Amino acid sequence: MLDFCLQPFSNAGMVSEEADNNKKQPEEPAPGQTMAGSDGVPMLEVRQIVKSFGPLKANDNVSLSVGSGEIHSLLGENGAGKSTLVKMLYGSLQPDTGEILWQGKPVNITSPSMARQTGIGMVFQHFSLFDSLSVADNILLSLEESFATSDVADKARQLSIDYGLPLNPHSIVGDLSVGERQRVEIVRCLLQNPDLIILDEPTSVLTPQEAENLFETLERLRSEGRSILYISHRLEEVKRMCDRATILRHGKVVGECDPAQETAESLASLMVGTNVNKANRRAAGEIGDPLLEITGANLPAGSPFAIALKNVNLTVRGGEVVGIAGVAGNGQSEFFRLVSGEDVIANADAINIRGTACGSSGINERRSLGAAFVPEERLGHGAIPDLSLSENLLLSRHGSDSAAFLRMGKLGLIRTEITLDATARICEKMDVRKTGEDPDASSLSGGNLQKFIMGRELDRQPSLLIVNQPTWGVDAGAAARIRQAMMDLAQSGCAVLVISQDLDEIFEISDRITVMHDGELSEPIPIEDATYEKIGLLMGGANPGHVLPEVEEHHHDDTTSGGAE
Amino acid sequence: MMDMWQNIILTIATAATPLLIAALGELVVERSGVLNLGVEGMMIMGAVTGFAVALATGNPWLGMIGAIIIGSLFSLLFGFLVLSIATNQVATGLSLTLLGIGLSGMIGEEFVGEPGVKLSNIEIPGLVDIPLVGRLLFGQDPIFYISIALVFGVMWFLFKTRTGLTLRSVGDNHDSAHALGIPVLRYRYFAVMFGGACAGLAGAHLTLVYTPQWIENMTSGRGWIALALVVFASWRPLRLLAGAYLFGAVSIGQLHAQALGLGIPSQFLSSLPYLATIVVLVIISTNRRLTLMNTPACLGKPFVPAR
Repeated sequence: MLDFCLQPFSNAGMVSEEADNNKKQPEEPAPGQTMAGSDGVPMLEVRQIVKSFGPLKANDNVSLSVGSGEIHSLLGENGAGKSTLVKMLYGSLQPDTGEILWQGKPVNITSPSMARQTGIGMVFQHFSLFDSLSVADNILLSLEESFATSDVADKARQLSIDYGLPLNPHSIVGDLSVGERQRVEIVRCLLQNPDLIILDEPTSVLTPQEAENLFETLERLRSEGRSILYISHRLEEVKRMCDRATILRHGKVVGECDPAQETAESLASLMVGTNVNKANRRAAGEIGDPLLEITGANLPAGSPFAIALKNVNLTVRGGEVVGIAGVAGNGQSEFFRLVSGEDVIANADAINIRGTACGSSGINERRSLGAAFVPEERLGHGAIPDLSLSENLLLSRHGSDSAAFLRMGKLGLIRTEITLDATARICEKMDVRKTGEDPDASSLSGGNLQKFIMGRELDRQPSLLIVNQPTWGVDAGAAARIRQAMMDLAQSGCAVLVISQDLDEIFEISDRITVMHDGELSEPIPIEDATYEKIGLLMGGANPGHVLPEVEEHHHDDTTSGGAE
Repeated sequence: MMDMWQNIILTIATAATPLLIAALGELVVERSGVLNLGVEGMMIMGAVTGFAVALATGNPWLGMIGAIIIGSLFSLLFGFLVLSIATNQVATGLSLTLLGIGLSGMIGEEFVGEPGVKLSNIEIPGLVDIPLVGRLLFGQDPIFYISIALVFGVMWFLFKTRTGLTLRSVGDNHDSAHALGIPVLRYRYFAVMFGGACAGLAGAHLTLVYTPQWIENMTSGRGWIALALVVFASWRPLRLLAGAYLFGAVSIGQLHAQALGLGIPSQFLSSLPYLATIVVLVIISTNRRLTLMNTPACLGKPFVPAR
């Protein structure tokens, strides 16, 4: 089935002739191929790059080439070395050994500014926009000094219209939706007129419809002869969009293929190295009593960039998994805070857990009612990085299970043995890989820590579990394990509420799906009736049955906060 | 009568100028994302340096320049600690203040009681005699003019130049700035040194203009008021100008009130500027949106480049 070049490149035997063999033989000449590189020289070639961080080889003899007018995908799990490679291409990091060839000539990219001058543009997933600045200012910051400051707003507006990515240059970025922010990133990158565009996980925060728009833009860029290096772990879109794929695992190139010829399963097993099992859909179990009832809950926005929750209604019954889909930043975090009791509201009746009104009660009282919570941020919210696992366990449970973990009544001395036993039990049950008996939370990898936090909550045998982004940044193996645990819990009669921006995950585990948009929750749709299109429209803010509204233009006009008074 | 009002206005300007300069420096520092609580310490180091250099050379201008240099060198110590080795900014700033107060007391011990050298006023003949505002606008000490020029200079720099935009971006999100290839630490070093230079100059104003003599601990909390003013102004230079003069007015007003012999304990009146600081901070923090929109989001967070 995997009939493409699968054998790992042997590190020692890799000579340049072999590297040449990897060069692209274009199946079809890309349209409009007028730039340098049309004579078969790849736009970008990376040869045997090595980059180590201490004992860890983040990139180990990585080679790849991107032809002009090609969309090349870089596939791999979290921690496979994709970001390290890309950072070296964009000049944020320097390779230890190996070379980068740009249009056939060796180059030494020492800074992002130099990468931009060379013709390499980057669309970041995280850490690249400034919330309090206007769109125009954000764009200006990434342009070279020579760019005339006064033109930026006009040029950005023109370019954004040309490419079907409408933007108002005077909007403040903090007020924009995630999709609009990405447009800012792309327009910013295009204004530099790059020959190679690197996109890092561009669709992970987009609705399916927004992703569709992005694909059209990418097709257009390809037809202009530009090359695109596309980083993703979403296999379906890689299959659809990309001309070629290079797969990284543990810092090494483990294969190169034409994704269109592969199945999602074969690509996934290449990425992970073993076969990945989808969670077993259980037989529809008994649906029991409502364990969580939210009626007309409101929560005002706590900060300028937060979302206010408006009239939220939701019932979750025992034995079912309810999934909340939605683009990040539409009030999911605020909703989690509301349900978990991190933010309490005056109206106690708005939230009922197992029939007890608790809208005005704190998190420990809600835990005592049988609820368990897994927040989005593992480090800093779900666990304290510098405390050990057992201490983290104790912190979340001393209030609700004080009898088990504390002794001497009010004095509250810690039962160390029991705490350590419980930690060991959880780690074994959830297959948490750790170094040492009771390591610091920060020393665990993302997936293992998430498994521990999940196990910590499951260990209490809750009757209601609420999880925010259960598998965000978690490797495929751990993700499968976590999903299975949630489904097993529902099977045993518990109510499970999952907030996730990963639509595939929502569809995989939910019995009913609801969508959060701009602080409002849609009417839940049973899984039998749910389609990607329906949910996608709701994520974009449309009501079911209505067409998607025209792209909303933000008219802040000239009210930039950055202007002098 | 006219003379009395003119005098009151002049004393307000004199009281407001050191607050304004020190706060402007701190505003730039905080816009870059660094919180330097050492303003008081840098200010008093500037004060003692200005006094000592002016006394030794007989030239108050050299005293002023010396204060600026010492202020920025002193801030460089802070910069090295919080930027290069990423120490806690609050603790480091506080110890800078304690160090400055102690060090200046030691240096200044022999100067106590010595008459200082005063920086003479710049007077434009003719215009000085305009009633009420003539002396305020055309017959002030040089540091007053510098302070006003600084307000507009900083405003222009922050909001009209590309370097200023970059500085603000560093304060808003240092990870984004780093990803774009902006040298975050270099910008912060320059901002911190500018803040130190301003604090030194503000200190020099005390010993070369306000009261030309050296008294131990003579900044008496002005550095802290300057810090509060930056929040009060929500990191905007023009609001800072208004705020500094408001505080100047309160501190002068209480002196005049004491002179008038109102039946209010003088201790209460002397504490008015500090009370005003607290009241203003409370009022400001009730408007969360205003504060958050202008607060540099990375304020006080150490930047350690990710690999």
